[in-house]
Amino acid sequence: MHPALLGLFTIVVGVSGCIGYFYFSNQFLDKVLFPAKGANAGRNINRANMVRPWIFLFPAMLALGLYLVYPVFATLWYSLIDRDQGNAFIGLDNYRQMFGEEKFWEAMKNNLLWLIIVPAFSTAFGLLAAQLTDRIRWGNFAKSLIFMPMAISFVGAAVIFKLIYDTRPVDSNQIGFLNAVWLQFHGGSGSFLILRLVPAALLACFVAAVGYIGYNLSRSIFERSHVKKSPIALIGSAGLVALCVVGAFLALRSIVGVFGFEFPYGVPQTWLTIPLWNSILLMVVLVWIQTGFAMVILSAALRGVPEETIEAAIVDGANPFQVFFKIKMPQIAGTIVVVWTTITLTVLKVFDIVYAMTNGQWQTQVLANYMFEKLFRANDWGVGSAAAIIIMLMVSPILVWNVWNVRKEMR
Amino acid sequence: MDNIAGKKSGLSWAVNLSVALLVMLWLFPTAGLFVSSFRTADQISSNGWWQSLFVSEQNVVLRSADPDDEGVQLLVDGVYTVQGNLYGEAGKSEILVWGTTSREIDTYTAGETADLGDGETITVQANGDYVWTGTTEMTGRGQRVFATAATPPEFTFENYRNMLFDESNVEGMAKAFFNTLTVTIPATIIPIMIAAFAAYALAWMDFPGRAILVAIVVGLLVVPLQLALIPLLRLHLGIGIGKGYLGVWLAHTGFGLPLAIYLLRNYMVGLPRDIIENAKVDGATDFQIFTKIILPLSFPALASFAIFQFLWTWNDLLVAKVFLIDSTGETTVMTNQIVELLGTRGGNWEILATAAFVSISVPLVVFFAMQKYLVRGLLAGSVK
Repeated sequence: MHPALLGLFTIVVGVSGCIGYFYFSNQFLDKVLFPAKGANAGRNINRANMVRPWIFLFPAMLALGLYLVYPVFATLWYSLIDRDQGNAFIGLDNYRQMFGEEKFWEAMKNNLLWLIIVPAFSTAFGLLAAQLTDRIRWGNFAKSLIFMPMAISFVGAAVIFKLIYDTRPVDSNQIGFLNAVWLQFHGGSGSFLILRLVPAALLACFVAAVGYIGYNLSRSIFERSHVKKSPIALIGSAGLVALCVVGAFLALRSIVGVFGFEFPYGVPQTWLTIPLWNSILLMVVLVWIQTGFAMVILSAALRGVPEETIEAAIVDGANPFQVFFKIKMPQIAGTIVVVWTTITLTVLKVFDIVYAMTNGQWQTQVLANYMFEKLFRANDWGVGSAAAIIIMLMVSPILVWNVWNVRKEMR
Repeated sequence: MDNIAGKKSGLSWAVNLSVALLVMLWLFPTAGLFVSSFRTADQISSNGWWQSLFVSEQNVVLRSADPDDEGVQLLVDGVYTVQGNLYGEAGKSEILVWGTTSREIDTYTAGETADLGDGETITVQANGDYVWTGTTEMTGRGQRVFATAATPPEFTFENYRNMLFDESNVEGMAKAFFNTLTVTIPATIIPIMIAAFAAYALAWMDFPGRAILVAIVVGLLVVPLQLALIPLLRLHLGIGIGKGYLGVWLAHTGFGLPLAIYLLRNYMVGLPRDIIENAKVDGATDFQIFTKIILPLSFPALASFAIFQFLWTWNDLLVAKVFLIDSTGETTVMTNQIVELLGTRGGNWEILATAAFVSISVPLVVFFAMQKYLVRGLLAGSVK
């Protein structure tokens, strides 16, 4: 049968099957199994109402169980057995083998980098875009244009950005925008300004911001207050302070690096083959896509900030920056966390971009692509499943947090 | 009180400017692909797409017709003459300056005559017309002309014709386009049906274990589908579905359900209780309440989810690769086709750009047409 016909047929069968199932099972329940008449009418109605939710839920539960719950356990099991030894249980050998591979650690390292950079920049740009577009007349139009990449597939975005990163030989016209811009630099004062001074200044801003946050956090740890702090919160803030110190140190070292680095002026670069930078260029693609999402959610949150609080702050003499950072930010902190975690989930599963642009070459491997390679190219189901379980483990804190929040809300 | 609540401030021009910059930065990449898909291979490789919007000045090497060819050289008034157009046909580019050696490419302006020695001269007009004359019969290859030419912007639909409507093109997107459509539509409609009933039960029916089920759905919302690949592929192969449309429809249905149930349940919970209770008092059964009241009222949520699922299945690569595309490649979808083209035709941007734009144009149309529902769904779907 022609696939399109098959598709139509499936829609008809699927939809009418669903409606038929729900209709006839309800009829069966009300008319045959527990008829609401005769001697036991009252009891039968109650019984029917006890069974009915499960009739409504059954197809969904079946699909969820088969397509999401069962695979989690099956994958866990596959990660503990060896297919070549007749599915013998081999304990943690697959994990041991995986931990011994250099590519795995490269993927882990890159994934951590993705986890820090993509959510941070998407949220920051999203917040900036939300704050700015809310204040102008054509804001909604601007928003929908920034939001547009959300509709573009990762593969489509990969093509779009590959064109930007394209490289041509030295003597021909560059058709990749990045190289065209790069060849404008010749090592003069303009290059010094843009390639050394501006990045250094940005890094210095970063150090200052991180230092400020770290200072406030550490003060709140040691400060004596009448509110008793929970040990978990204390450990959490201590961890954040440590992270701030590490970040500040790395940034300071980069400032020194920016001034010492010898730029290869005048030579077109094959961007996607330069380790570390290529990973960052891949992250740019995801940031470009996810910023719109962050902007939409955060803009709704910003509109939800009560006007009175802002007016009160302005009357008290707060400047726009203070209004933004001290009045608005604390009130939308919850939404920022939601945006951050949602983007984190996307990042953990990122596959298409890396697969289409570099396929993990030149040290751009990430976990999802590593797993795909193990499963379908090396045909090593044990290690592939182990990699999948690692992704699951990285997701599970967010899973627990979400479930916990929803349960709290429902109570 | 002009600046109250950040409504207006003296810096509004700066805000406008930075938003304009931001929007341009975000549009620029897509614009590049869009423009490139309307350029020929030669144009794409000769300069960047951002230059194609303006008149471009290029240094080109052109060659006159070969005087040794039959009928090219004519004897007019005792002068051997070759004439024609350097571009083959007039009107494409305008020659500004030209020369006859690679060292002196700007010796003459258009319309001037160059002396080539040995009694030969050549005159080149701005539109490329040339007259090459000699007192003796000219031999050898055609005369080279080094010119700086101004080319006006030029675009073509040839790429789209080639990729979509040329049936002999094995790299064409037409088949993949219909395959994608075949995957997408059932995979969007079926989960809605299943999820709507479940969401109604979770929102409006009282039964033990409801809270736990909601929590499970929220948990499943974030389970990476990477975990499902191998077990489900084995399951499909085991029960005889194999790789094919049925498998990919089922997989998309399963993976889309948590979001569908979550979105619809959140929306249905917010519907007014009175309507439902009045209907119950009037003797409506749950089935009737659901189909006659809840379903029509939930249209915005249904639309939100439908858009999500449509975009997600249309743009998906991983699920199609695992559950659909077999070794014959007959059932390839557009995303997969593009990735393959990236591998085999990495430098042919006219092919890649067109293929990619064909694939992203449908989601873009859906996006701009139904943006309201998409935003609403996003706001409802992100776990608070």
